[in-house]
Amino acid sequence: MSGDGLLVAVDSPVHRIPAQVKLVALFVFVLAVVSTPAAIFWAFGLYAAMLVAAVVVAKLPAPVVSRRLAVETPFIVFALLLPFVATGPRIDVLGLHLSQSGVLGAWNVLAKGTLGVIAAILLSATTAPRDLLAGLERLRLPATLVAILSFMVRYLSVVSDDLHRMRVARESRGYTGGRAGHLKAVAGGVGALFVRSFERGERVHLAMRSRGYTGRMPLLSVEGATRSQWLEGLTISLAAVAIAVAARVVAL
Amino acid sequence: MRIGRNWIKNVGVHVPDGFFDAPTSVATGLIAAGAVGFSLQRANRELRETGPALAGLTAAFVFAVQMVNFPVGAGTSGHLLGGALAAALVGPWTAVLVMSTVLLVQGLLFADGGLTALGTNITLMGLITVLVGYFLTKALLKVMPRRAGSVVPAATVGALVSVPVAALAFTGLYAIGGAVDIPLGKLATAMVGWHILVGIGEAVITAAVLSAVVATRPDLVYAARHLRQDLVLVDADGNTSTVSPDRPIAARPAGRSLGVGIAVTLVVAGGLSLFASAHPDGLEFVGAKLGFDSAAKNSAAAGSPLADYGVHGIGNAEVSGALAGIIGVLVTIVVGLAIAKLASLRANKAS
Repeated sequence: MSGDGLLVAVDSPVHRIPAQVKLVALFVFVLAVVSTPAAIFWAFGLYAAMLVAAVVVAKLPAPVVSRRLAVETPFIVFALLLPFVATGPRIDVLGLHLSQSGVLGAWNVLAKGTLGVIAAILLSATTAPRDLLAGLERLRLPATLVAILSFMVRYLSVVSDDLHRMRVARESRGYTGGRAGHLKAVAGGVGALFVRSFERGERVHLAMRSRGYTGRMPLLSVEGATRSQWLEGLTISLAAVAIAVAARVVAL
Repeated sequence: MRIGRNWIKNVGVHVPDGFFDAPTSVATGLIAAGAVGFSLQRANRELRETGPALAGLTAAFVFAVQMVNFPVGAGTSGHLLGGALAAALVGPWTAVLVMSTVLLVQGLLFADGGLTALGTNITLMGLITVLVGYFLTKALLKVMPRRAGSVVPAATVGALVSVPVAALAFTGLYAIGGAVDIPLGKLATAMVGWHILVGIGEAVITAAVLSAVVATRPDLVYAARHLRQDLVLVDADGNTSTVSPDRPIAARPAGRSLGVGIAVTLVVAGGLSLFASAHPDGLEFVGAKLGFDSAAKNSAAAGSPLADYGVHGIGNAEVSGALAGIIGVLVTIVVGLAIAKLASLRANKAS
């Protein structure tokens, strides 16, 4: 990748929406999903359908999305354990004696977690990191934090490449695999990596100072989003809010 | 580059969306935002001196190192969470910013950890591990020999304790805003038991990495900066004189930062318990609803109120139990810090 995060570099209407709109849209959407009662199944079907539509419009290849879904594996394991450990009334499913609230809870975690991850994949796959930073800046994230974030994103590949070279050097000296005796070699490399990163940070700062840096980074973005862009970007989120409200009303 | 291939191998213990109910997510979001704002203010002087590049590079370092497989013995390998290590290396406030940055990038750029759970993730992994790790390290340093090398065992204990405390905080959050009525005693035991193991791995890795840094550049280790030895100069005639090292820019009276740390932990703990009493039935909602449903199905008239009562009773007892646990841990830390403080006062008086 280098500086591109998980961006899938194609051109689509979703790619063209300004990052700040997508950030707000993602947040509103996920909040709507989280506040939907778990037992209202049709609401989650609608959310999923809208997300799939957005993924199609964004021209994201399905294998990429499904591969990136693997990130939630640990919590799938946790969710699948829930029906066995939760208390409350039991039901029999396929010959298993399960806790009813556990089954619903597992569904709750799986559905909301998966929807959240797909929505986040949609953001990260259609937005370049620097646009994301500009979006965060437009959303009034503190300037210092944006500066730290931008340096992190900018030097992530440098630091990882450092780490990779150290690993090649270490393994070519025979320190491979998981033997406990190799901890010192691995940790020594990581310690050296910290010293290198720290010193690089000092050098970068001095270079910035000598080029006139006074403690304020130049703004990343200049133009705001138009009203129609906001409307376009927030379509799914507003629909999700409407569904969440409807689900709440039904659940009462 | 490698991140594209390896990012799935990342520690992956981030809380996803929907794991906690919306009010809990909002509450932890507020705690996280407050903590980040406070840290920005506290780290302001350092950041003005060293620039945002250094914090950004430290964040990139933490992100990269979280993907390293460390062999931790018994044929297993462990991953580093890095909260306690970052705190020892760059100080608590910068470390909170660094860990928050890492979690933000993981959530937004790598879709790891839900966006509504970002506050929870920052509170657990960016705030609690860093502060517990750092203040425990500092407290232990006060009672240990005044050498830069002392920071290694001190931070090891800090790392060891910080992970189970975060797991306990997770259990406490689950008691307040979890969606399913798991018996919380069991959950707490399982979480803390498992995370003591994780904490041992964290401690081993933290010790190994920190001792590597102390061996080469002890002056870079924030927690040990005040322990640097005076420079001994010997002139041509054999006269010796000592020069004390420059005061690092971030050196502030320890008492104040300790006080602030305790205040922050108490505010966090207090905020959580307040939230618990303001919103007592987050846990009960699904359970009560289900108790009602199952009673209708089983046509056992006594089932519904009993089930409801059971959930209710267990829920409350366990909520208070989990909170008592967290508060107990915090009180232990505070008492420990107070003892260390007293000891250092006496040591100062004696010298």
